[in-house]
Amino acid sequence: MAEAILQIFRGDAQGGAPQECRVPLAPGMVVLDALHYVQAHQLPDLAVRWNCKAGRCGSCSAEVNGRPRLTCKTRMDALPLDKPVTIFPMKSFPLIKDLVTDVSWNFRVNKTIPPFQPRPGADWKIHQRDVDRVQEFRKCIECFLCQNVCHVLRDHDKMEQFGGPRFFVRVAALEMHPLDGASRAALLRKELGIGLCNITKCCTEVCPEDIHITDNAIIPLKERVVDEFYDPLLMLVRKIRGAKQLPS
Amino acid sequence: MSDRFETHEHDVLIIGAGGAGLRAAIEALGQGASVGVVCKSLLGKAHTVMAEGGIAAAMANVDAADDWRTHFRDTMRGGKMLNNWRMAQIHAQESPDRVRELEQWGALFDRTESGEILQRAFGGHTYKRLCHVGDRTGLEMIRTLQDRGVQMGFDVYMECTITRLLKDGDRIAGAFGYWREQGRFVLFKAKSVVMATGGIGKAWPITSNSWEYTGDGMALAYEAGADLMDMEFVQFHPTGMVWPPGVQGILVTEAVRGEGGILRNKSGERFMERYDKQRMELSTRDVVARAIYTEVREGRGTEHGGAYLDISHQPAEYVKRKLPSMYHQFLELADVDITKGPMEVGPTCHYMMGGIRVDAESAQSTLPGLFAAGEAAAGLHGANRLGGNSLSDLLVFGRLAGLAAAKHASSAKISSINSKQVDQAERDALQPFQQKKGESPYAIHRDLQDSMQKLVGIFRNKEDLERSLGEIDKLKQRLKRVSVEGSRLYNPGWHLALDLQSMMTVSEAVALSALAREESRGAHSRIDFQNEDASWGKKNNIIHREGEAMRLRQENVPELPGELKQILAEGK
Repeated sequence: MAEAILQIFRGDAQGGAPQECRVPLAPGMVVLDALHYVQAHQLPDLAVRWNCKAGRCGSCSAEVNGRPRLTCKTRMDALPLDKPVTIFPMKSFPLIKDLVTDVSWNFRVNKTIPPFQPRPGADWKIHQRDVDRVQEFRKCIECFLCQNVCHVLRDHDKMEQFGGPRFFVRVAALEMHPLDGASRAALLRKELGIGLCNITKCCTEVCPEDIHITDNAIIPLKERVVDEFYDPLLMLVRKIRGAKQLPS
Repeated sequence: MSDRFETHEHDVLIIGAGGAGLRAAIEALGQGASVGVVCKSLLGKAHTVMAEGGIAAAMANVDAADDWRTHFRDTMRGGKMLNNWRMAQIHAQESPDRVRELEQWGALFDRTESGEILQRAFGGHTYKRLCHVGDRTGLEMIRTLQDRGVQMGFDVYMECTITRLLKDGDRIAGAFGYWREQGRFVLFKAKSVVMATGGIGKAWPITSNSWEYTGDGMALAYEAGADLMDMEFVQFHPTGMVWPPGVQGILVTEAVRGEGGILRNKSGERFMERYDKQRMELSTRDVVARAIYTEVREGRGTEHGGAYLDISHQPAEYVKRKLPSMYHQFLELADVDITKGPMEVGPTCHYMMGGIRVDAESAQSTLPGLFAAGEAAAGLHGANRLGGNSLSDLLVFGRLAGLAAAKHASSAKISSINSKQVDQAERDALQPFQQKKGESPYAIHRDLQDSMQKLVGIFRNKEDLERSLGEIDKLKQRLKRVSVEGSRLYNPGWHLALDLQSMMTVSEAVALSALAREESRGAHSRIDFQNEDASWGKKNNIIHREGEAMRLRQENVPELPGELKQILAEGK
């Protein structure tokens, strides 16, 4: 039977190195199948995070041959098998063990985003076209591959100043919800630091759900921030309104 | 003792963070309770995320004639009248409000022309009833609930597994478990505990369920002395992927049939005509699963042992819009373009109708302070669940469980933790590390799965079921000798060894209940008793623990009041 050679990273926060494993190939096999084979036959304590094995839950993210991917959707027959397949954990997050990283930072960022706030008096009649427009953002399965590959996070470690593509997608889903009445522009500008994104589109390239993160979420949100904070006419309006509110 | 372990205290501890657990948490928080949610995976990855087709609720947006009575009747008929009638009534009456509430929390459903929530047809539902978002309804639901709960302020303990419920006399006192990440133990003190742990599919090899679905909630409740019910009723979803091997069992949503998909055998025959001429592909899941299984067994299956499911007669754009996940799943994993050709599908272990026996109004188990909701609980679905009734179940009974758990906590006395129970739980959890050169947990798991697939599958008989009980007994002995390698740091072999305890308990309960029920009803098909038996139609199988032994008894199905009998008699 044909075999594949895997170089799987083994290690923890103290360090580690890739370990070679051999796996018999089967038709349609995905990288996650190969990892499960290794667990059952060679490395019973190999740490792998996974759930649905169907591309729906976004748990099994890793870097396969240097490319961030969902291992459940990466077919072995789509990889060059004449050389070893390297499987490493996501680089941008602190390593726990083997292929499992600490992604808890993402959950902390999520908590800062104000939830959906229905506009007062909404009659809950919504057109399908308005639904279709935001569905793209709501498809996100939180695999965090976009966070992993974003150079603001990956190379510059700006976790404290920058929310990352996943959360721009989330804010876009809320801001473009047809009945939402809240504004998250201030949050985008300050806490989520959207200005740090210089639209290199790395996030869009790795998204397994094909969300046009840069074009459809980040750029419109950047425009929104500009409108709200830098539009001279609006600034004037705000100044007058603000002045009115001062005690006389 | 307490200072030996990291300890957390809550009024209400919820185990499981799928739809039921999150909805329970939101309700308990709303009552002012302090709430902790424990989940084996990261937040938002629970199996609810996989739900595709939709939420059943008689909102009558598409078919104006629909109402709760029809939904109630469909649910009872689908469950072959073994359902708890009160649960079926509450479920049918409250589902529309739960869907509207979800929308007010930010969920966005597909719409009708006039801007209402769109509803689609599904098996066993008289009217178009499933509110949906393409074929990713579960994702929309779990994100909405997750964000609502996070904003309300529950504490989430992610990647944490509970291995034991702790009791103070007859009352619930808390739970003991471990952090999957570091392998450290953790103790939870709670006045109420809600089991929202989902199903048991991982005891079978061909399943739509993820690694988490090992029956923990049912096994823990059973160990603590609560009753389980209807454990013989395991739903095999008719359409799972069959090829290639690695994807075997992955779900193909019933929405494919809801949107007009047609089933054919290898000679092109639309075989459902022979099994349910009236409802055809939209017959109930038990009927369609048996039909496909029978076609394959009698030599009319496809190349890889399934049936063809074809939606390619619909316009390609429509298929991609209504079934986007299915389109990508087949294209990427099976090299099949479903807008151009048929899928190959076959039955896959999908859902557990049975589970923890609960009171219909309060979702309380037979153990004071222990509640259960969603797939972990029994009663609503009887002998067979209709598609779409699961998501509504999670919302309706998740809410009721959260409400009752918070109420119970507000009046419950402080329980004390029994250090002997904690010491025992710690010893048991560490046992697999004590044994060198023992059995591999992966091998035991594979053998359990093979045995359940072969002996406790879609069609059952006395000999097989008796043999399966013998096999489970042997596997339990092997599990006592299980050994794991490596450290406690994120060690999947160790985690599996502990999950296997739960799988053994629920597998035994399924086999024992299936052996007792000498009839065929809903998802339970006996080759040696092929017909429904009226006297069995009045009985639920109840499982409980007596010392170390698993015991089975029968209790009468609660009788319907006159006005509900009237509803059932109508619309025939």
